[in-house]
Amino acid sequence: MAAAARMIGDRAQKSRKRWMTTDNFFLKVLPARILRSILIIAAIAALNFGIVHLAPGDVADVLAGESGAASPEFIEDLRVRFGLDKPLWQQFLIYMGQIAQFDLGYSFRFSRPVIDLVLERLPATLMLMIPTLFLAFVVGTSLGVAAARRAGRWSDAVVSITALFFYAMPIFWIGVMMIVLFSVKLRWLPTGGMITIGADYAGLDHILDIARHMVMPVVALSLFHTAFYARLMRASMLEIFTQDFVVTARAKGLSENRIVYKHVLRNALLPVVTVLGLHIANLLGGAVLVETVFSWPGLGRLAFESVLSRDLNLLLGILLCSSVLVIVTNLTIDAAYQFLDPRIGAR
Amino acid sequence: MARWSQFWEQFRRNHGAVVGLCIVLMVIGMAVTAPIIYPEDPGEMIAPPFLWPFEDWMFPLGSDSLGRDIAAQIFHGARVSLLVGTAATSAAVSIGVSVGLAAGYFRGRVDDVLMRMTEVIQTIPPFVLSIIMVAVFRPSLRTIIVAICVVSWPSIARLVRAEALTLREREFVQAGVVMGMSNLRLVLTQILPNALTPVVIAASLMMATSILLEAGLSFLGLGDPNVVSWGMIIGAGRDSVRDAWYISAIPGCAIFITVLGLNLVGEGLNDALNPRLRRR
Repeated sequence: MAAAARMIGDRAQKSRKRWMTTDNFFLKVLPARILRSILIIAAIAALNFGIVHLAPGDVADVLAGESGAASPEFIEDLRVRFGLDKPLWQQFLIYMGQIAQFDLGYSFRFSRPVIDLVLERLPATLMLMIPTLFLAFVVGTSLGVAAARRAGRWSDAVVSITALFFYAMPIFWIGVMMIVLFSVKLRWLPTGGMITIGADYAGLDHILDIARHMVMPVVALSLFHTAFYARLMRASMLEIFTQDFVVTARAKGLSENRIVYKHVLRNALLPVVTVLGLHIANLLGGAVLVETVFSWPGLGRLAFESVLSRDLNLLLGILLCSSVLVIVTNLTIDAAYQFLDPRIGAR
Repeated sequence: MARWSQFWEQFRRNHGAVVGLCIVLMVIGMAVTAPIIYPEDPGEMIAPPFLWPFEDWMFPLGSDSLGRDIAAQIFHGARVSLLVGTAATSAAVSIGVSVGLAAGYFRGRVDDVLMRMTEVIQTIPPFVLSIIMVAVFRPSLRTIIVAICVVSWPSIARLVRAEALTLREREFVQAGVVMGMSNLRLVLTQILPNALTPVVIAASLMMATSILLEAGLSFLGLGDPNVVSWGMIIGAGRDSVRDAWYISAIPGCAIFITVLGLNLVGEGLNDALNPRLRRR
């Protein structure tokens, strides 16, 4: 009885400790991280300002694009907005003030505010990114675990070599080749876009239609990352396998499955989750290519369109917003991490 | 000499690395011989359009929609990929090593400022930043190299900083301090040589990434308009991908094989230079 009570007491204390560290995260670590993130965003805005002013030619002309589509009134408006007749430091303050008010300026090509365009395209990009991250993480780590358990055997070799191959392929090329195979030759999947134009599906059909359009972009975008996580997870598992506590677990006579899933897997996941956060930025870059290949109406495709029309203001807005997206995703991953490994909050 | 043969002994044990080295040497061979085998401008239309590979042995890899020889384009494209890869990587390594050494050796304020800088750049999606830099400063080989270098140096800087932070606490560095060595001499003769191993490995992998970045940029139409690059051919081939998919497929294979070769060499270097971790 006494032992049971002590155990319950221990457990209560442990869970209290757990909550304390989690509180610590939300009350101390998170606000500090948010403050730092705001500083990073300010620095990126300053970088944008620098790029515009380093660009060859007059700032108003650069911002208006090179297609000559901007009217003299628009150029004049730009001069007033950015205070181009004022000294550089004042221009800088004006620019930073506008960013602080979420005012990213105006896209001359779409004749609309940049922030509206970005917010309109954001959901489509998230629709690609979230399944991609999920798929890459789940498939990549499972393959890594499977390969590590069979290290040195032929199935390990197959996983490792396949991962090595996909790790070396340009994702836009995978996309183009998938279109050739699955759309042109086999006619299984649509070549691009988000919905079948003119079909006017409703309800479940509409969702299935979008899902069919999502398959190839998501797979093309996730292959590289799946390969990366498989390789990382395999190496990480093999490293943990050599550690003393695994030897102890073996000596205790635990079953191999229990050792793999309870002891090794959890520890081996840590570097993978860390890298996951670092990869968000890469994933957004890949989205530009994949969305261009599959005409997916997201932020990446918008970036490509603004490159085509040299709409610099829109491009800079996309740069800033995608950086914000990277920061927000990383904060979310860190918060989720709290529940996986409460030790982190103590840092 | 003995160190080199020992290194080669280790490197050779990894069969993949040897294959990778052969691939890289082959690509270098293509780049070097391109002006000899295909002296004419690869952009010239010398063949009938849409010639499939192996259809006409004059043009073993066929021709594109404008009748340009794909084999000639691949050979000349190897020059661009290798040039951009080496130039961007060496620039990024020089900057990254200098910044990393300064941050790790001086610590304190210098470290704070430099690491904040790397943090800012690592937050921005690297590909988007390079797109903007190339678009703003006009596409040319130089702007592409600079753009790739700007997004790549922070990872090297962080790597070198971590090495420098641990190395400066070691006895041989402390001994140097007691001997009255200057900061510059300590960094260059004691810390740098001992921090180089991970840099060499990272550089070989970075070269692969740079080639992929360049291919992505020129695929989007942001390549140097005066030279042929692999990414550009894939982008141009997309228009006729329904019937003539080989136009996009062939340069993609070239990129894939080159990047694979560089990655294999990087792994081989890792095995040979970190013998402790070899059996993984």
